[in-house]
Amino acid sequence: MATKASRTAARMMISPSVILLLGWMIIPLSMTIYFSFLRYNLITPTGNPFVGWENYYWFVTDPSFKAAMINTLLLVGGILLITVIGGILLSLLLDRPMFGQGVIRIMVIAPFFVMPTVSALVWKNMFMNPVNGIFGQMATGMGFEPVDFFGQIPLLSIIFIASWQWLPFATLILFTAMQSLDQEQLEAAEMDGASWSSRFWFIILPHLARAITVVILIETIFLLSVFAEILVTTNGGPGTATTNLTYLIYVSSLLQFDVGMGSAGGVIAIILANIVAIFLMRMIGKNLDA
Amino acid sequence: MGQITLNKVRKCFGEVEVIPPLDLEINDGEFVVFVGPSGCGKSTLLRLIAGLEDVSDGEIRIDGAEATDVPPAKRGLAMVFQSYALYPHMSVRKNIAFPLRMAGLDKAAQDKKVEEAARVLNLTDYLERKPGQLSGGQRQRVAIGRAIVREPAAFLFDEPLSNLDAALRVGMRLEISELHKRLATTMIYVTHDQVEAMTMADKIVVLRAGNIEQVGSPLELYRNPRNLFVAGFIGSPKMNFVNGQEAAKHDAHTIGIRPEHTQVSTEGGDWPGVVGVSEHLGSDTFFHVTCEGFADPLTVRAGGEVDLHYGDKVFLTPDAAHLHRFDKEGLRL
Amino acid sequence: MARAVPHKTKVFNTAVAGTIGFLMFFPILWILILSFKTEEDAIRAPFQVLFSSGWTMDSFATVQERSDYFKHFMNSVTISLGSTFLGLLIAIPAAWAMAFVPAKHTKDVLMWMLSTKMLPPVGVLVPIYLIFRDLGLLDTRVGLVFVLMMMNLPIIIWMLYTYFREIPGEILEAARMDGASLREEVLYVLTPMAVPGIASTVLLNIILSWNEAFWTLNLTAAKAAPLTAFIASYSSPEGLFYAKLSAASIMAIAPILIMGWFSQKQLVRGLTFGAVK
Repeated sequence: MATKASRTAARMMISPSVILLLGWMIIPLSMTIYFSFLRYNLITPTGNPFVGWENYYWFVTDPSFKAAMINTLLLVGGILLITVIGGILLSLLLDRPMFGQGVIRIMVIAPFFVMPTVSALVWKNMFMNPVNGIFGQMATGMGFEPVDFFGQIPLLSIIFIASWQWLPFATLILFTAMQSLDQEQLEAAEMDGASWSSRFWFIILPHLARAITVVILIETIFLLSVFAEILVTTNGGPGTATTNLTYLIYVSSLLQFDVGMGSAGGVIAIILANIVAIFLMRMIGKNLDA
Repeated sequence: MGQITLNKVRKCFGEVEVIPPLDLEINDGEFVVFVGPSGCGKSTLLRLIAGLEDVSDGEIRIDGAEATDVPPAKRGLAMVFQSYALYPHMSVRKNIAFPLRMAGLDKAAQDKKVEEAARVLNLTDYLERKPGQLSGGQRQRVAIGRAIVREPAAFLFDEPLSNLDAALRVGMRLEISELHKRLATTMIYVTHDQVEAMTMADKIVVLRAGNIEQVGSPLELYRNPRNLFVAGFIGSPKMNFVNGQEAAKHDAHTIGIRPEHTQVSTEGGDWPGVVGVSEHLGSDTFFHVTCEGFADPLTVRAGGEVDLHYGDKVFLTPDAAHLHRFDKEGLRL
Repeated sequence: MARAVPHKTKVFNTAVAGTIGFLMFFPILWILILSFKTEEDAIRAPFQVLFSSGWTMDSFATVQERSDYFKHFMNSVTISLGSTFLGLLIAIPAAWAMAFVPAKHTKDVLMWMLSTKMLPPVGVLVPIYLIFRDLGLLDTRVGLVFVLMMMNLPIIIWMLYTYFREIPGEILEAARMDGASLREEVLYVLTPMAVPGIASTVLLNIILSWNEAFWTLNLTAAKAAPLTAFIASYSSPEGLFYAKLSAASIMAIAPILIMGWFSQKQLVRGLTFGAVK
C-alpha cells in the first residue's frame, strides 16, 4: 500500500502531534515528580530544599489521606455499582419493543450532557435543600422530617448526583452493544429451550461483558477525578467526609499552596490511575488488532 | 500500445520475499490472466505493474520505456479494483469523469467521453445516480467505465468478479472478453478462479508462492502442464493422480488422467471399482469411483444419460493418449 | 426476524420506560420550568409552582444584567471551538498518516497517544498552574484553549483514525491511478468521504470541552471563566435564587444538550475509544 515517498510524508505529518503530546506528558510529569521531593510552599519561602520522601510521608500519614482514599473508593465503587447495574437494566428495557423509543432514549441520555457544575448545583439547591428542595418539601408534606442531604449523608448525596450523570453514559454504551447482538442467536437459544433468564445469563450477559468492562474502566478513569461536584456542593466537608484524592490534592496545592505536598499526592494519583489504565489500554489494543 | 516487460522483478515485504526475481513478457493487445491460489503473489505482481507498490529489485518497462520509478498515474495504465473503489460521494457521471478531470480535460470533452463510455456499458440511465444506489454488476461497469475513458495502454483487473453472484459473473466475464475484442487493448487480469482464466485468457500465467509455474495459452496448459501443480490447477474437475504400482507400470512416479479422458464401462476395463457419489449435471455426469488398490477415489466423466448407482461395480479405462506422466519432483516426463 | 409483539406488551414497556425516562429527565425539565418563573413562584411547593400563573422571561434578563452572562458564554464558545479546531488542525495529518500509511510502530504510537489521556489532571495540576502563572496564562482564554486542546488531542486523533480507517484504501489507490496528485486526492476524494467522521469528532470535542470542569475551574477567575466556572459561583447563597440559577443553567446546557442528542452514536465511539461500536 505504501511507497517510500508517502512514508516520509507520513512521518512529517505525525510529528507535530507526537511532539506536543510528548511535551505535554513529560514536562509537567517530571516537574510533579521533582516538586514532590522538595519542601516547596508558595506563601512561606523555604528555599525549596530537597527533602527526599518527606512529602510522601506526611501526605500518606495525614489522617485526611486515609479518609480521602476511603472516600475515593466508596465514590468510585458506589457510582460504578449503580450505573453498571442500572445501565444493564435500562438497556434491556430500552431494547424491548415500545412506542416512542427514540424520545425515551433521548430523555434517559440527557443528563450526561449537563455540565457537572450545573448538575451539582441543581441537585443541591432545588432537590436536596432541606427547606425549599423538592425532596424536603415532599417529606414535609407527608409528615416526615426532611433529610439534610449534605449534612447527614454527604458522600451518598454526591454518589447520587454523579450517578445521575453517569448512568446515561453506561446505558448509552450498553444499549449500543446490545443492538449488535445477533437476534438469530437469541432465537436459536429459544429453540433450544432456554428460558428468558438463561438467555440473559448465557447469551446477553456474555455478549455485553466486553462493553461492561469498558464502561467500568472508563468511568473509573473519570471518576477518580471527580472534582466539580464536590467543589460546588460540600467543599470536601463536613470535615473530610466528601474529600476524595483529587480534592485533597487540590486543597494542599491551591488552597494551602503546598506545592511539594500536592505534587506527592499527584504522583500517587497518577500511579492509581495507571493501574486502571493498563487494563483499559490492553482492551483497546486487542480491539485494534481485530 | 501496451507492451509490458518485467525484468528480474523482485518484491520483499520486510524480510519476506513474496516474489523472487521474475521475468515476464506481455505483448500488446494480449489478454493475460494471472492465476493461482490465494497468497501466491498474483495481486502483488499486478500492483507492482500498476506502481502501487515499489519494486524491491529489477525493472518494469512499459512500451519499451523504463517505468520502474514512474508514479502510478503516469504509467498510462487503468485499474479495476476488487471492491470497485468507486467514489461514494460522486455520481456515476463524476466517477467516470474523474480521471479526465484530473488530466485537465475541458468539460465538453469530458461529457462526450463519459457518455460514450456509458453507452457502451449500458449505464446511460444511471449517470446521475450515486454508487450506493447501483447493483453489484452496475458498479462493476462503472469501474470499468472509469478505466475505459482514460484510453490506457493496458487495463489491470484485480479479481473484478469475486464480489458478484455466480450468474452475474458469467455475464460480466463475457462482457469483459467482448470489450477486449473490441478495444484490442492489453489486459492483465488477476483471478484465483481457473474457469475465468481458461475462458478469457490469451495467455495464462500460473503462479505459486511468487514463482511462475507455467506460461501459455489455455489449451497449452491443459494439454501439456509442466508439473503436477499446473496439472491439478487447470481443468475442472481436477485431474486424477495415481501413485505407486499403477504409475510404475508407465515408468513414472505419478500418473495423471483427466476425468474426461477416462472410459466407464460395466463390462470390463483396466481398473475395477465401485461407484460412490454421482453428480448429474444434465449434459454430463461425474462419478466418484473407488478403485481397488488406489488410495483416493477417481473422478470420471460420463454422458448425461449414463445410469449408474451408488455401490454399482464398474471398470475404468484411461485413454492412453491423454495420460500425463510425472517424475518424483512432480515434473512432466 | 422482527416478530409481532402484542399491543399490550408494547404499551406496558412504553409505560415503564417512559416513567424512568421522565424521572431521569425531570431535573432538566424542572429547571426549564423554573427559569420562566418569578423568584417568588420558584420556591413554592412543586405543585404550586406548576399551577402558579406567572410565566416570565425576567430571570434570563437579570442573569445577563447582573453577571454579564454573555461574556462567559462567549468564553465557553471560544474555548471549546478554539481547542477543537486547533486540535483538528494538528490531528488530521497525524490520523491520515497513521490510517493510510501504517508503519511498524503505528499501533504503538497510537496506543501511547491514548495513554496520555489516562493521566489524571490532578497529577499535573501543580506544574501546569505554576507554568501558567509564570507565563501569565492564568485566567486567559488562550491558556485554556491550549490545555483543553492537549486534553482532547488523543481523542481527536483516535476518532479520526478510526473514521479514516473505514475509508477503503483501494479508493485512494484508484484516485492515484486516475492521476490525482496527493493534493487532489486529499481534496476531491478523501475529504468529502471523511467529512461525516470529522463532523462527529468536532461535535464530541465541543461537548467535552464545553463541560470540562477541572481545568476551567482551577485556571480561571473572572475574566476568562467559561460557563462551568460561572455557574460554580452560584454555589454561594445566590444559588437560592432558583429562577435565576435555573435560567443561567438552562442557557449553559441547552446548546450542548441539543448537540449531544444529535451525536449519540458518535459519542459511544469517541468515549470508548472505539472499543464498543
